[in-house]
Amino acid sequence: MQSKKKSTLLTRRQFVAAGAMGGAAVAIGCTAGNHGNWDFLSDGQARTLAAICDQIIPADGFPSASQAGALTYIDKQLVRHFRRHQDAYRDGLEKAEAMSRKRFGKDLAELTSPEQFEVVSAIEQQYLDFFNLVRAHTLQGYYGSPRHGGNRDAVSWRMLGLDEPPLRGRAQYNLKKGTHS
Amino acid sequence: MKRVNAVIVGAGAGGGIAAKELSTAGLSVVLLERGKWYTANDCRKDDLRNQSSIVLGCAFGPEDKGHPRVWVDANGVPQTVVPSDGGKYQNVAACVGGGTLSWGAQAWRFMPQDFKMRSTYGAPPGSSLEDWPISYDDLEPFYEKAEYEIGVSGDYSPDPFHGPRRRPLPMPPLPSTLEFSILEPAAKRLGLHPINIPMSRNSVPYNGRGPCMRCRWCDGYICETDAKNGTQNTVIPVALNTGNCELRTECMVKEILTDDRGRARGVAYFDADGHLQEQLADIVVVSASATESARLLLNSKSRLFPDGLGNRYNLVGRNLQGHQYTGATGYFDFDTYDDVGPGACIAICDYNHGTPGLLGGGMLDNEFIRLPINMIDRLPPGTPLWGPGHKQGMRDWHKRTVGIHGPTQQIPTADARVTLDPTVKDKWGMPVVRTSGNVHPITFEVGEVQAKRAEAWLKEAGAIHTTLSVNRRDVVSGEAHQSGTCRMGDDPKGSVVNRYCQIHDVDNVFVIDSSVHVTNGGFNPALTIMAVAYYASAALVRNWKGTGFRS
Repeated sequence: MQSKKKSTLLTRRQFVAAGAMGGAAVAIGCTAGNHGNWDFLSDGQARTLAAICDQIIPADGFPSASQAGALTYIDKQLVRHFRRHQDAYRDGLEKAEAMSRKRFGKDLAELTSPEQFEVVSAIEQQYLDFFNLVRAHTLQGYYGSPRHGGNRDAVSWRMLGLDEPPLRGRAQYNLKKGTHS
Repeated sequence: MKRVNAVIVGAGAGGGIAAKELSTAGLSVVLLERGKWYTANDCRKDDLRNQSSIVLGCAFGPEDKGHPRVWVDANGVPQTVVPSDGGKYQNVAACVGGGTLSWGAQAWRFMPQDFKMRSTYGAPPGSSLEDWPISYDDLEPFYEKAEYEIGVSGDYSPDPFHGPRRRPLPMPPLPSTLEFSILEPAAKRLGLHPINIPMSRNSVPYNGRGPCMRCRWCDGYICETDAKNGTQNTVIPVALNTGNCELRTECMVKEILTDDRGRARGVAYFDADGHLQEQLADIVVVSASATESARLLLNSKSRLFPDGLGNRYNLVGRNLQGHQYTGATGYFDFDTYDDVGPGACIAICDYNHGTPGLLGGGMLDNEFIRLPINMIDRLPPGTPLWGPGHKQGMRDWHKRTVGIHGPTQQIPTADARVTLDPTVKDKWGMPVVRTSGNVHPITFEVGEVQAKRAEAWLKEAGAIHTTLSVNRRDVVSGEAHQSGTCRMGDDPKGSVVNRYCQIHDVDNVFVIDSSVHVTNGGFNPALTIMAVAYYASAALVRNWKGTGFRS
């Protein structure tokens, strides 16, 4: 049972590594639903959202929001706990695309990072409610529990220097004696 | 269904203790709980779905679907809210153990003055401030009983402010953390009296279970090693072991049934399959939390009680209160984080009472371990809200931040209240809780003074930046510390229950939970709920004369 668990993890790691190396955030979306790669988002919406998420948490020495699975988190929850935000996402992503095309004549995902920054800043200015929603969900996906599809491989926790899995408590605890070592 | 001596509604802090005390005294008991019985195996360590961070819902109930409530804002506009909407819902966990399953487990005694707020300070205009009919001395033996039977670790001896006690706590405090070693000398330099927070958590093996393993998942979570003590792993198992107590989970009580002479004859409830059942009993104990106990009494209408049980003087549901939490966050140029749980460990009680010109105050303490998800909106002022600067801010500050906050004692008002919503119904078709009103403005002022005191402590400890967390929210702050809706008192026209938690009007109905708190102290209220439950249960057992119960 132990070895079985381990091999699953390895597969998952390889999968994540492959996704991150390819740099294709959209490819990370896993379960095939009505909308291709995603439970809620269309592939086009996913590309737009990935661009916004990656401005909120860009890659540096550590993965960006979409590389760490923040999109998977948002997409999964949009058909679960965030169902009531479906309209806000549909509407907001459409407005973001319109804004990108008006300013630069291209899709948001095709812009350079400084251009994307300009568009996302404008979204924050003009559509604050939508921006705050995406910001909150992106940060949750990145810094929250990996069990919901974001924070792949607990990458943000390791970035902050936290043990993962959290060993501190168990390491200090002698399970046989029920005391601290 | 077989008639029993006592039916208890709610298996939380109050109901769990009542079940144990009554069943060990030989009464037959049915304990009804609307939620499920979770165990350490249900510990998910899920920082997005627990009972404290409820981004993806309340892990230990109730679920969003089928449990709406209505919140009325300052302009009188009602809004339908669900449990994961947070503060506006006024939720407490719905499960065996109630709030004591997933709590942070601070187990404070109130101070003697906390029971005499009106005679200590006078009632300000617009408030409903009153003294309790019982004193700290009345409760002292029962505080001790709670500390020993539930299990509390800590050490009050450096604290000169609490009332006298006969015995020390049964367990020593956990060893100190890095934050403790930073904050303790700073408090002492300010002339304060820092102590280890009394915690309902095993620091050594106790009561057949091992000690805290000091992980970072505590407040809001089930304890993975069952070292955190609540009624679900202490008194409720004792009650069940007597053979006199039957626990029925996922049972939602609809109303208290009364007879033609105005006495309770039992309850009607929906069982786990949604079928309406009746459980007849000699006495009914209501322990469903300040919001739900009030709702149950208000929903128990009959010819003799057209406005609900115990509500002859329109008092049920009034004086809803919790705590006004304020404080400060300090940012340091050295690491303050050692990842040793539960995190919250040090407190001062210097500011609960005794400041000239200030109506009360509250305890101040450091936070439970702040998980990354709780840090995203807590970075120092000037940090970008997103982008590379925010990500860098998370790396810079997550291990260099200390929070000090505390529960400011609220000045109750009669307008802060629970009523029944006229239109919105829950999944069983029953009118839901509707909350309205706010805290007394003096509470905000006291809270703002407390925040500055927290900031001064952090600065003395070496904080290079500080931010105050103060707010004048447009919501009465009940939440996990909700209380006051069935106030205890000697005057039947000014209170809902007498000093033994017995409804003035109906002598075989008791309310044993935070609803009876006249005021809610400047402390986490659970140990006081427990002490009052032992106190009221002792009186009930003393007066028990067989099935023909008479007070």
